[in-house]
Amino acid sequence: MWLWFSKLGSPKWFYEWSGKWLPWLVIPMALLLVVGIIWALLFVPPDYQQGDTIRIMYIHVPFASISLAFFPLMAVAGTITLVWRMKLADMVAKVAAPLGAWFTALALMSGSIWGSDIWGTWWIWDGRLTSMLLQFFLLVGVISLRSALEDSDAAAKACAVLSIVGCINVFVIKYSVDWWNTLHQPASAFSLSDEAPNPPEVWVPLVIMIIAIYLFFAVSLILSTRNEILERERRAQWVQDLVEAQQKYNYD
Amino acid sequence: MIETIQFSSLGEFFDMGGYAFNVWSVYALFFLFFFINLYFPLLKRKRIIREQKRRLILNKETATEISSS
Repeated sequence: MWLWFSKLGSPKWFYEWSGKWLPWLVIPMALLLVVGIIWALLFVPPDYQQGDTIRIMYIHVPFASISLAFFPLMAVAGTITLVWRMKLADMVAKVAAPLGAWFTALALMSGSIWGSDIWGTWWIWDGRLTSMLLQFFLLVGVISLRSALEDSDAAAKACAVLSIVGCINVFVIKYSVDWWNTLHQPASAFSLSDEAPNPPEVWVPLVIMIIAIYLFFAVSLILSTRNEILERERRAQWVQDLVEAQQKYNYD
Repeated sequence: MIETIQFSSLGEFFDMGGYAFNVWSVYALFFLFFFINLYFPLLKRKRIIREQKRRLILNKETATEISSS
């Protein structure tokens, strides 16, 4: 177990391992995205109340749900950084923050465009929307904290603490729809029955899109982490060997 | 489980039941976002490798200069 732990913490090992696994994430991601988007745009029946805007759900829900994973991820990575000083954990935490800001922004924007017609308003200070906006600002805060502190060790620690504190907001987002009964509806249940409010022809493509977007999250996180490894470990012999082997980007 | 195609013509498909702006702008944002978050890391990777290569070449040149002088 400890051998595995220290292995995983080694940037070199992660770089090689992720390089091997990347195609096995990219291929299903691409396939599921194509199937999911075609299904969502062409085959899902229009909602009896919302009409064709139901198709927005297949983008909005996956992004909104995965954007809740960023703070827990950064908090776990931050704890590992604080306790074991693992370099790789801090690299993941660093690249996760801007990515999380992108994901949260897309969830907010798609929700806003969806609501503009269905709710009749682009924005409302509802519990879910407000706590989600707070998450966006917290992520921007983590990013600026990282760039504001010169000492990278101190920046890593400060960001780790802020990420752990920021996790509280994830609970607020999750339960906001139950605590404050304003505009955003609570989570819907999936059911196999055709009589249910959400029959399979509605939620099966949603599950496909959710898996596809989760894979997209993994792929983009791994790509950025690999870049971070190359940058921070550039003095290591294995990175220099790797760079030498790359004939394509010859400097001339 | 899979229903038939919900639109009878291409025009109807683009119109999205009167919600063309909402539906298409969200999907456009998604594709833009998807592209940015995959393309930029790849671009950055090229830049890192290029810069690192230049650094290695410079190091070798200075090393040979020192040894020859």
